Amino acid sequence: MSANEQNFDGAKGDEVDVSSAAAEPSRSHGIPGAKTLLDVRDIRTHFRTPRGVLKAVDGVSFTLERGRTLGVVGESGSGKSVLSRSIMRLLPKSNTIHSGEVLFEGRDLSGLTESELRGLWGNEISMIFQDPMTALNPVMKIGPQITESLRLHLDMSKGEARETAVALLRAVRIPEPEKRFNGYPHEMSGGMRQRIVIAVALACGPRLLFADEPTTALDVTVQAQILDLLAEQQRERYMAMVLVTHDLGVVASRADEIAVMYAGRIVERAPTKELFANLKMPYTESLLAAIPRLDQPSHSRLEAIGGRPPDLVNPPTGCPFSPRCPYARERCTQETPQLVTVDGHDGHEFACFYPVGSPETEERRVEIATRKGAA
Amino acid sequence: MAGSGSSHLRADIDAALRIENLVVEFPAPARKKVSAVANISFDLAKGETLGLVGESGCGKSTTGRAIMQLPAPTRGSVRLGDTELTSLKGESLRQTRPRLQMIFQDPISSLNPRRTVHQIVEEPLNIWGIGTQAQRAAKVEEVLGAVGIDPVLAAGRRPHEFSGGQCQRISIARAVITEPSVIICDEPVSALDVSVQAQILNLLEDMKERYGLTLVFIAHDLAVVKNVSDRVAVMYLGKMCEFGSPDRLYSSPAHPYTKALLDSIPIPDPEVGPKPAALTSGELPSPIDPPSGCRFRTRCPYAQEICSMVEPQMQMVSPDQHVACHFPLVATQPQDATTVDLTKRPSGGDGGDAV
Ligand SMILES: Nc1ncnc2c1ncn2[C@@H]1O[C@H](COP(=O)(O)OP(=O)(O)OP(=O)(O)O)[C@@H](O)[C@H]1O
Ligand SMILES: Nc1ncnc2c1ncn2[C@@H]1O[C@H](COP(=O)(O)OP(=O)(O)O)[C@@H](O)[C@H]1O
Ligand code: SF4
Ligand code: SF4
Ligand SMILES: [Mg+2]
Ligand SMILES: [Mg+2]
Repeated sequence: MSANEQNFDGAKGDEVDVSSAAAEPSRSHGIPGAKTLLDVRDIRTHFRTPRGVLKAVDGVSFTLERGRTLGVVGESGSGKSVLSRSIMRLLPKSNTIHSGEVLFEGRDLSGLTESELRGLWGNEISMIFQDPMTALNPVMKIGPQITESLRLHLDMSKGEARETAVALLRAVRIPEPEKRFNGYPHEMSGGMRQRIVIAVALACGPRLLFADEPTTALDVTVQAQILDLLAEQQRERYMAMVLVTHDLGVVASRADEIAVMYAGRIVERAPTKELFANLKMPYTESLLAAIPRLDQPSHSRLEAIGGRPPDLVNPPTGCPFSPRCPYARERCTQETPQLVTVDGHDGHEFACFYPVGSPETEERRVEIATRKGAA
Repeated sequence: MAGSGSSHLRADIDAALRIENLVVEFPAPARKKVSAVANISFDLAKGETLGLVGESGCGKSTTGRAIMQLPAPTRGSVRLGDTELTSLKGESLRQTRPRLQMIFQDPISSLNPRRTVHQIVEEPLNIWGIGTQAQRAAKVEEVLGAVGIDPVLAAGRRPHEFSGGQCQRISIARAVITEPSVIICDEPVSALDVSVQAQILNLLEDMKERYGLTLVFIAHDLAVVKNVSDRVAVMYLGKMCEFGSPDRLYSSPAHPYTKALLDSIPIPDPEVGPKPAALTSGELPSPIDPPSGCRFRTRCPYAQEICSMVEPQMQMVSPDQHVACHFPLVATQPQDATTVDLTKRPSGGDGGDAV
């Protein structure tokens, strides 16, 4: 097996058995080494809806090492939240079709019973949900919302749990934590409530935290505080994090690696610096180009992505991005591109026939520029 | 007199909208009051876009609604062209409505779910009895075409059958159909994905061009505001901190709060890396009991004693930058003799007068 076929984990973990990785060259995930905390294999989550089967997540694989942060980005509806919930097995029962493997510290979560799962949630794996306003119980005091899981998972006495909870509130910089312990969520601002949500999520010292758009509802100033707080707690606890967001600015500065999702799949994944320096996927390029930038003068025309994300009940044939892709060619509407590794850049994968920088996209870029010039 | 001053107002322009000393207060328990907007002034020349930024709760929407007279401000003046809106009531106020429209943040819930998109867009023409039935139908087709919604689809479908971005296009169509002179856009892209956001921002620029609109654009995203604005006003807790051209304001902010906002923006470039949070200390204080003097002083890294006693007035940095701060980050121009020169920050704070 050549160096560029080496899979992602093989690039980093020194304990990895490369020969067994060669047996499955198409797999994008690695073999769990001592550093691997989470190994997600071919997750598929489909929902039965009145219109047909909706493929919300359709074949996602990745690994995450201890203490590291994976940023997951993509447009609304691309499957970011469903992916997080699938890994945690927090899915509605009635209309869900789910398959795939999730190995957490080598342990297969799909084999766990409901009660074994509950022992894991909030304890070893924790989650901050997308909507901070509904994440807390409005009729329950702040303190008990934290002590409840401490007593359940860590078997603490009432007194111990209270002391720990106050310490946690202090750690997330809630002023006057003893007083707030007896307060209600509605007495607090959005930013304070999100700090409490974080305190609840961190209570039992999880090794993995899913943060689903933890700052989307907050102001930039508060967002910066919350992201700093998460980074600090992560360092102190050596906790890994899956940070879901639609803001590429947030992941650029906070994630070690980035996975870009489109229509239920990962379409590009790379270490953060590598992704920004050497992006391959036309969709990633379009997402970045659409953001208004502070270094552009006022009234700059934005590079909007035409159309909208595909209908996941009736996705287009071929590459799901093909109806919107400026570089699409005939092949793109007939075959579905699979993830491939970038030559000489281990750990950087993308799913595209004509990646950014290839002769075909460069040719098309010139055509587009000429057409714009003529118009 | 407590106020934020008016060095940034222009006497020499043909103003589409002129707001002076706008105050909005709401009753609060125990005979207190919420000071939501406290003495805001600005003017807009025809065809300009004013960006209004600041943290959630600083009074942006309240300012927008006070301009619309929904409700009318507690005090102050709102002039739409030559018409003083605050002195109008009932029918005469209603008659000015077609000239002043508003677009809201939540595109789907701001449209009537029981009506077809065609009816929604046509409604303002019916309310104000503009044109014949045939003229109205033609106008609806024209504006729907302009915003990129297929008029045939619009005839039969209701808002929930459209995506968030499409609903925002529909809101824009409805807002421009009366050919208003001014549109207040209250966070029109905050609920949208970056991809759709770019489409809507481009569309607003096109509509401005096509219908000669003047916009007040409210947002909390500073990059978005920079993209659309000719002038930017930064608000904090009901007050205006800084006012100026986006280029000046973003490259050399004069107000500590503007700088803190700018420093908080995550940049989509991993080489830049996160800056430590610019405002580590807390959040917006309560507008029921705002801090004395400068309202930003409880979070300002440069605050001195005078900041708690004297409210800073708007002063000129240059013709296209004005700041209300006792110790601005960029030197202001000397005012008249009665103004004490406070632009020299005492040593201790970091950074010089010029950045
Ligand atoms: N319980 C469910 N039943 C049916 N469809 C669902 C269900 N939950 C999610 N979906 C669909 O799955 C797709 C992916 O949704 P998901 O919430 O993961 O998107 P997302 O990437 O998190 O978007 P956002 O950025 O808006 O949070 C969407 O089309 C959504 O409508
Ligand atoms: N009807 C009202 N009654 C009481 N307080 C209000 C009312 N409307 C707004 N406020 C208060 O006025 C302040 C400014 O609100 P708003 O204009 O909505 O802020 P922004 O749009 O900048 O987020 C906030 O403190 C808000 O709670
Ligand atoms: S495979 Fe084709 S359509 Fe898909 S992203 Fe690549 S160039 Fe575009
Ligand atoms: S230096 Fe004083 S006047 Fe200026 S922003 Fe800070 S507290 Fe306000
Ligand atoms: Mg989501
Ligand atoms: Mg608002």
